[in-house]
Amino acid sequence: MKRLAVALLFFAMLTGLWELAVRSGRWSIVLLPSPVFVAEYIWGALLDGTLIESTWVTLKRLLIGYAAGVVIGLPLGLLTSTTQVLEDTIGSLALGFQTLPSVCWVPLALVWFGQTEGAMLFVVIMGTVWSVIIATDHGARNIPPIYARAARTMGSEGFHKWTRVILPASLPFLVSGMKQGWAFAWRSLMAAEIYVTILTGFGLGHLLHYGRELNAMEQVIGIMIVIVVIGLLVDRLLFSPWERFLHRRWGTNVKET
Amino acid sequence: MELSHPESLTAAPAKLIVENVFKRFTSSRATVQALDDVSLTVAEGEFVCLIGQSGCGKSTLLDIMAGLTMPDSGRVLADGKLVEGPGRQRLVMFQESALFPWLDAFGNVMFGLKLRPDLTGAERRDIADHFLKLVGLEKFRHAHVHELSGGMKQRVALARALAPDPQVLLMDEPFAALDALTRDQLYDDIQRIWMGSRKTIVFVTHNVREAVCLGNRVVLMSPSPGRISQIFQIDLAHPRDINSRDLAGYTSTIAAALKGTLKGAVFE
Repeated sequence: MKRLAVALLFFAMLTGLWELAVRSGRWSIVLLPSPVFVAEYIWGALLDGTLIESTWVTLKRLLIGYAAGVVIGLPLGLLTSTTQVLEDTIGSLALGFQTLPSVCWVPLALVWFGQTEGAMLFVVIMGTVWSVIIATDHGARNIPPIYARAARTMGSEGFHKWTRVILPASLPFLVSGMKQGWAFAWRSLMAAEIYVTILTGFGLGHLLHYGRELNAMEQVIGIMIVIVVIGLLVDRLLFSPWERFLHRRWGTNVKET
Repeated sequence: MELSHPESLTAAPAKLIVENVFKRFTSSRATVQALDDVSLTVAEGEFVCLIGQSGCGKSTLLDIMAGLTMPDSGRVLADGKLVEGPGRQRLVMFQESALFPWLDAFGNVMFGLKLRPDLTGAERRDIADHFLKLVGLEKFRHAHVHELSGGMKQRVALARALAPDPQVLLMDEPFAALDALTRDQLYDDIQRIWMGSRKTIVFVTHNVREAVCLGNRVVLMSPSPGRISQIFQIDLAHPRDINSRDLAGYTSTIAAALKGTLKGAVFE
């Protein structure tokens, strides 16, 4: 409770400083709108439904793209960690593509898929899958070999070993891999939505983009805040419970961010 | 089996036979002859301690008995059958407990039991409870691994190794990382359990007193190349007290012999 109060106080002070900066009159009100205007915009967009609708469109793309990225990335990461050939091929491919900022996939996606949902998904998957592969691979490699040895002596082989030993043993790494994948998916999608205008759905990135076009800075800043809040909420709701569970079980200091 | 070995001093049938085992480890920098023509017979119900300086191949020998490592040449027979891989009849206890952190104490003991299709669920739970009680941890059934002390972890590991009812227990310096007080207690426990169950135990250690306290025989190994240099018969009744005077004579003899194996050895 005390930590929450400190955090709230901090953000209140930050908003206060922002308001003071606006009132000082040094910057044009068009470039730096007052937090009150931003709040009014968010409230208005909430009421007229644009915000809910765009958030839904964005989250739907994100979840589908992210799920596909994880479903492809997890097994590939486990495979590259065990097979030399796959490590040298898919592993190095993943390492290479991971360094590529996901916005770089946008031109290719546009040419291949046109202005469609497919282009969006393609960018999100490309942004997610490589980092999931690398994090999973890294995790599976760091399982203490003694677990596998102990399991083998007790007669655990093949499928049983994978599902009852390797998978649970790599759980902490899988979760951090999935978390990293999530961060990358979120970034990729925002890049894609800002650069690609499609008619099948108007996401948060589009609102941000049109805010700039209309010179509506309160919209730009408001949407940025919404994006940050969604990121935080997902972290708290999706990943924190997992991390707390692992923390209790392993006794390790899994960082809760 | 017409095999008879001079070091087999007991009349009981042979449980484990190691025949002319060679094992070499090659890395880019050096080649180590970990085991050089090692033969050993362990009788059923016997408690054998392998002792020697680090690098003498005692852990490698244990791994080969377990079937976790394959010898370059030579073979290991368990109950007259060739060891071709790890088997539930020969369970291993490691220096680190190797307990699975995603399971609680009970779950860890259940792990090996669940791999025995001949048992029902209720039987498995009864057996797991029995062995947790045997090692004095029935109250820590649902404790997570990280909540247990080093000694308690090794007790759970012991229960986990005993629960599937193996005939042979292979222990690789299981108490080396524990404090002296905890170790003394575990010496009593392991002797009590061994006397109660008459499992065959092969126990690797570098602690002479520990070897004398526990073993029917103490097998002294010498490094580079790893060989058996001497075998000592310890004619004292179990349970033995680690601090008893009777151990002193054996301890000093074996310690002197252990020093002898050090000549020319390289310290790590």
